[in-house]
Amino acid sequence: MANISKRDRRREREIANAAKNRREIIAAQLNRRDMMKAGLLTSAGYLIHKSGLSARAQFSGDCDNRWRDGSGGNGTPVSPPTTPFLEPMPIPPVAQPVAALTPVPQINPNTAAGEARTRPHQAFAQFVPQKLYEVHQREVLISMHPQLPLQRLWTFNGTAPGQTYVARYGEPILVRNFNDLPANNGGFGLQSVSTHLHNGHTPSESDGFPCDFFGQGNFYDQHYPNVLAGINSSHPGTGDILESMSTLWYHDHRVDFTAQNVYKGLAGFYLLFNNFDTGNETTGFRLPTYPDFDIPMMFNDKNFDPDDGLLAFDLANRDGILGDKFLVNGKIQPFFNVKRRRYRFRWLNGGPSRFYRFYLTKTGNTNHPFWIISNDGNLLKNPVQTTTGLFIAVAERMDVIVDFSSFAAGSVIHLENRLEQCDGAGPTNNILPAGQGNKVLEFRVVSDAVNDQSVNPATNPTFYQVPTRVTERIKRCFKFDRDNGQWVINDKLFDCNDVRFKVKRNTAEIWQLEGGFDWSHPIHIHFEEHQVLKRNGNTPTLIERGRKDVIRLGEGDDVEIYFRFRDFVGRYPMHCHNTIHEDHAMMLRFDIDDVGNDNENDCGRR
Amino acid sequence: MSDVSRRKMLAGLAVAPLAAGVVAQASGLDNLLRGLNPTLEKTEDTSREKTRKKYFPNFELTTHEGKRVKFYDDLIKDKIVVINFMYAQCEGICVPITANLKRVQRLLGNRVGKDIFMYSITLKPEEDTPEKLKHYVHMHHLKPGWTFLTGKPDEIEILRRKMGLYTSNTKQDKILTNHIGMVRYGNEARQWWAMFPGKANAPWIVESILWMDEGKVKQQPQERTPKVRGMNHKH
Repeated sequence: MANISKRDRRREREIANAAKNRREIIAAQLNRRDMMKAGLLTSAGYLIHKSGLSARAQFSGDCDNRWRDGSGGNGTPVSPPTTPFLEPMPIPPVAQPVAALTPVPQINPNTAAGEARTRPHQAFAQFVPQKLYEVHQREVLISMHPQLPLQRLWTFNGTAPGQTYVARYGEPILVRNFNDLPANNGGFGLQSVSTHLHNGHTPSESDGFPCDFFGQGNFYDQHYPNVLAGINSSHPGTGDILESMSTLWYHDHRVDFTAQNVYKGLAGFYLLFNNFDTGNETTGFRLPTYPDFDIPMMFNDKNFDPDDGLLAFDLANRDGILGDKFLVNGKIQPFFNVKRRRYRFRWLNGGPSRFYRFYLTKTGNTNHPFWIISNDGNLLKNPVQTTTGLFIAVAERMDVIVDFSSFAAGSVIHLENRLEQCDGAGPTNNILPAGQGNKVLEFRVVSDAVNDQSVNPATNPTFYQVPTRVTERIKRCFKFDRDNGQWVINDKLFDCNDVRFKVKRNTAEIWQLEGGFDWSHPIHIHFEEHQVLKRNGNTPTLIERGRKDVIRLGEGDDVEIYFRFRDFVGRYPMHCHNTIHEDHAMMLRFDIDDVGNDNENDCGRR
Repeated sequence: MSDVSRRKMLAGLAVAPLAAGVVAQASGLDNLLRGLNPTLEKTEDTSREKTRKKYFPNFELTTHEGKRVKFYDDLIKDKIVVINFMYAQCEGICVPITANLKRVQRLLGNRVGKDIFMYSITLKPEEDTPEKLKHYVHMHHLKPGWTFLTGKPDEIEILRRKMGLYTSNTKQDKILTNHIGMVRYGNEARQWWAMFPGKANAPWIVESILWMDEGKVKQQPQERTPKVRGMNHKH
């Protein structure tokens, strides 16, 4: 069944040889000087990236020519070989509500019962939860590939990715979130958590602020109003329909330990529907029906120990961890059967650090175009067709429409990442030839009867216009840089208790974000979606022009965004979503209140 | 059962129930495996040993008091530790970081040297003899529980790399006055490891270090008192 091409076989052999070579070096107990003499190690201390030693040997050569010295960590392990496309892609189960919670959820933190929340719910009485959920974060043994041993993953109710919440605007929910994680972490992870809903219009106390973490044995009630921005301000009672979101995700956000905890499994999808984006292809925008033809896909790259096949996380890496195994919904290189019709795929780059550029590669290494309909969970004004792949930074979500109707039953199409990246600093921006990138998923076209009533993106349907702007109260500027290997934002370091600036509730602001030398950062700002006004002085592309919550800052990039901060108050962070950078303090805290201040407004110092 | 045969058995078992591709079934599998091998929890986890081998070579170092110690056995094992790199004559980033860590030591009080141990390893072992490091400790009026260490240059270089306290920009990495300002902290027995920037606010660093205390991790959180920068703050 698994259709392994010659190239894949050669690649697998190459990886296996590389692993063998490394093991032999270790077995021979060659010391550093011996290895340098033998030309196997650079003076910087890493195994030389050359064919037979590196799993990335097939890359363009730029990876060897850069001045950077390799993984930026403690050497990247070469994972054991695995046969691609052996197992079907899992689809995380849908979360089911419970009839009642004991004790009954309340506005003030129920500290006596073990609740870890420190602040009262600010919108509970207004948006009384209509559905209640109970989730337990716990360790479970899970297979990521049949040729690897079971992995000790940290899960939400037993699955990784966690269960998918299927929510509707106008239907508030409450999730009682228990921490039942073990003290014994198996090598990495901390049994202290804060679950962030990325990027709900959520009151601060339920947002999963990185410093609202709680320990094993405690629980935290998270109230998700599922309301549109503007409901208590610009659009009283309804909110602004143009601020509708669709594809959200939730993940651990524990300060200093986010990368470890998310790498261990603590992430899942949260989908929001409304009267336009209905989940039914015969109504509203007529997007492919959920769940049959509307499929969430979380991408992660991970490393596995070459000796025992267990999930490996490099605790010494500060640049960004790149994996040599590519997972979709928790499985290494699975396959997915599709019918000859249109599908909505909700693509999420779950990190930790890699940037992707995805192509659909057909037989003969030709490219199959597809349509982008949504960026970071925000439906675009109109679908945008791409013939040159789709770039996705960590934490970005891209909903796409792929039409398989032109394929004969039995056809095989690969979802392939063709963006070259050598280390955690960022991609080289070289595009690898079709068929030579990382094939993460195999689509297999089956011959079942076809019924497709979903909208054809080629008819140019209109989804949401970009929301209108109001006059901004202030412009703030942020420069992301490094100081002796410490990440700084406007030259300052992170502190959970340090409120860098205050935004006045229900006002608008312009923020200018500027990237530093030689690094790429996906910058995420909690709370409302922003609009990208300018990228390096230019109008953004059609895909970036709408609403977003992750901004890619490449080397020296200068991006201007428009923000509103409506309805709720409290603390929120801005941070790099390369979770390795994030855990090394590339973050700041801002608060929303009814006064605000003008800090970080020094835009002229460059 | 040997490691290899158990692994094969696990891998074999994993295929059948998961072929349906539903991750939810893994919890059932979990129970099945625990039923087959109730000692799985104990026999399987060799991670502490792996972590030790990967990050904490047991090199011999010499303290500022002239005592010979083993890096893993004597300094790291079973302890909550704070580790950074510096050198005595450094006029760059070491100065503010040493001053900041001194504040951290003061705030941690008598726990330093009892269950929390601070280590500063020299980047210039050829220059920094134990006597010079002792002089450094006296000059800065540092209290016991914070140990300065020197050793063989090759081994110190390996230690620095294994702990990730270097910069991957090879040119910058050679400029010692501008060496990395990150500080590693962790709890060895629990394999909880992270880093903080050496110039971060001292009370915040202290809070981070205290999370490594097992009791603290389980303790219920307290509301934080925000520190707010002044209006129109300039820097």
